[in-house]
Amino acid sequence: MTTNRPILPMGQRDRLLELQGVDKTFNGAVVALRRMNLTVNEGDFISLLGPSGCGKSTALRLIAGLARPTAGRILWSGGQGTGDLGVVFQEPTLMPWATVAQNVWLPFRLRGQSMAAVRGQIAEALDLVGLGAFPDAYPRELSGGMKMRVSIARALVTNPRLILMDEPFAALDEITRQKLNNDLLTLRGKIGCTVIFVTHSVFESVFLSDRVVVMAARPGRVIRELVVDAPYPRDLAYRTSPAYAAHCTVASEALAIAMEEAA
Amino acid sequence: MMALDRTVSQAEALVDADEARIARRRRVEGVGKWLMPVIVLGLSIWGWDRLVVWNAIPHYILPSPGRVMQTLIKDWPILFDALLVTLQITFMALAVAVIGGVGLAILFTQSRWAEMSFYPFAVILQVTPVVSVAPLIFIYVENRTIGLLLCAWIVAFFPILANTTLGLNSADSNLRDLMRIYGARRWQTLRFLQLPSALPYFLSGLRIAGGLSLIGAIVAEYVAGTGGIGSGLAFRILEAGYRLNIPRMFAALILIAVSGVVIFAGLSILSHLCLRKWHESALKRE
Ligand SMILES: Nc1ncnc2c1ncn2[C@@H]1O[C@H](COP(=O)(O)OP(=O)(O)O)[C@@H](O)[C@H]1O
Ligand SMILES: [Mg+2]
Repeated sequence: MTTNRPILPMGQRDRLLELQGVDKTFNGAVVALRRMNLTVNEGDFISLLGPSGCGKSTALRLIAGLARPTAGRILWSGGQGTGDLGVVFQEPTLMPWATVAQNVWLPFRLRGQSMAAVRGQIAEALDLVGLGAFPDAYPRELSGGMKMRVSIARALVTNPRLILMDEPFAALDEITRQKLNNDLLTLRGKIGCTVIFVTHSVFESVFLSDRVVVMAARPGRVIRELVVDAPYPRDLAYRTSPAYAAHCTVASEALAIAMEEAA
Repeated sequence: MMALDRTVSQAEALVDADEARIARRRRVEGVGKWLMPVIVLGLSIWGWDRLVVWNAIPHYILPSPGRVMQTLIKDWPILFDALLVTLQITFMALAVAVIGGVGLAILFTQSRWAEMSFYPFAVILQVTPVVSVAPLIFIYVENRTIGLLLCAWIVAFFPILANTTLGLNSADSNLRDLMRIYGARRWQTLRFLQLPSALPYFLSGLRIAGGLSLIGAIVAEYVAGTGGIGSGLAFRILEAGYRLNIPRMFAALILIAVSGVVIFAGLSILSHLCLRKWHESALKRE
């Protein structure tokens, strides 16, 4: 948790992961993903942007190792170990019978580490997401946004090289979502993690990421990649700036093309 | 008088007529939930008593409630011993049903082959009426207690097996994925995810099984029918029936009913204690 990696400027980042011509076909018929190429560098904040059914979740599941590609390869630089990966789903996916601290403890517990041994790391992760005061609360006592924060704390507590987030804020209200977007960027600035973030919101992708990968459906594929070169930290001033609006326009146009091609 | 007026107007300021009506209804329902069954029970007993007295029904046909109570007190030593025998079988059967039901459920979720092979037989065991199997069991099983136990177990284990299997399989699929991502071993997924997920299902199965093991124990006693030492309540009812001791039949019946209610209530409390921290079923609606 304490090893904070600096985020280097784009172009100077080491390669973390590479998808080479990845195909995924379900039941021999549904082509969820065709010829996906993507290089993920350390410190990247990548958004996968596209209409529903374009294979965004499938891409994440392949990267997470929950499914095997039908063709192509996924290569981790330096191999992949346990704890290299943190995942946040659309639902908070907490264990309702466990307290907040126990939920965050899960990845350590599965490695046989006792609560006492990692209490410090858990407290640190909870502080980072602003829940330092609630280690003993049960999930049902928390609001939707707070549950999502617990889920994020659990994903980053092992100090993973890569965090995958599948539409994590899609079910939240707009105000909570903006707050969490801001906090996510602050967090990323502090710990320097690499993020792949799935969303179908143009505004969210342009606000958060430095690379936006636009995808189209049937068959699921990448049609365009945009670079959002606005510097971090990004805040309200960025949200209302002409540069932000310009990037949103470009991304919207790319998304419109994606929709047309699918139709 | 002044003070009273002020509190009333304050209350009016905070609670409108609609809210007040809802609050009143909630209060009345809270009392009624306890009061109504008690009133109905009291009226039924009174009606029963009047029926016997007004029609001068002899006690060997229908005893009055008072006479049943007298018998219950007079025959208490016999009936209490019988109750202990029946309860012993009931709780042993329930314990074996829990071990067998949960054990099989875990086996089934660990191995689809085991499930495919054995589940149909569990269903067959469940749908065959225990009265029809019991005579055979008592032919082949020498030991009477084990025979009784086996009968009661056959009746009680299936709800535990079925519910626990459902519970183990209903663990959140995203959490399962998370377990895989973190490299959890099979036993870890079972211990940290599937067993806690199954707990509410298991407990509701347990509540059903508690009642069923009492029924199983009683039915088995009827079939076994042998007397002498270690006879349970069912045997006492049969015996009293042969002697036309109707009040004692009623007294034994009351003991069985009360035991059933106590078992159900006890298991409900256990369930509440296990789940009150987190499960929807145990939470108070605000
Ligand atoms: N396990 C599966 N079995 C069969 N088809 C699937 C499976 N998972 C996804 N698909 C199909 O693959 C396509 C892409 O799905 P998905 O990756 O979930 O899209 P997205 O997350 O972009 O909405 C969809 O047409 C979906 O129906
Ligand atoms: Mg999806």
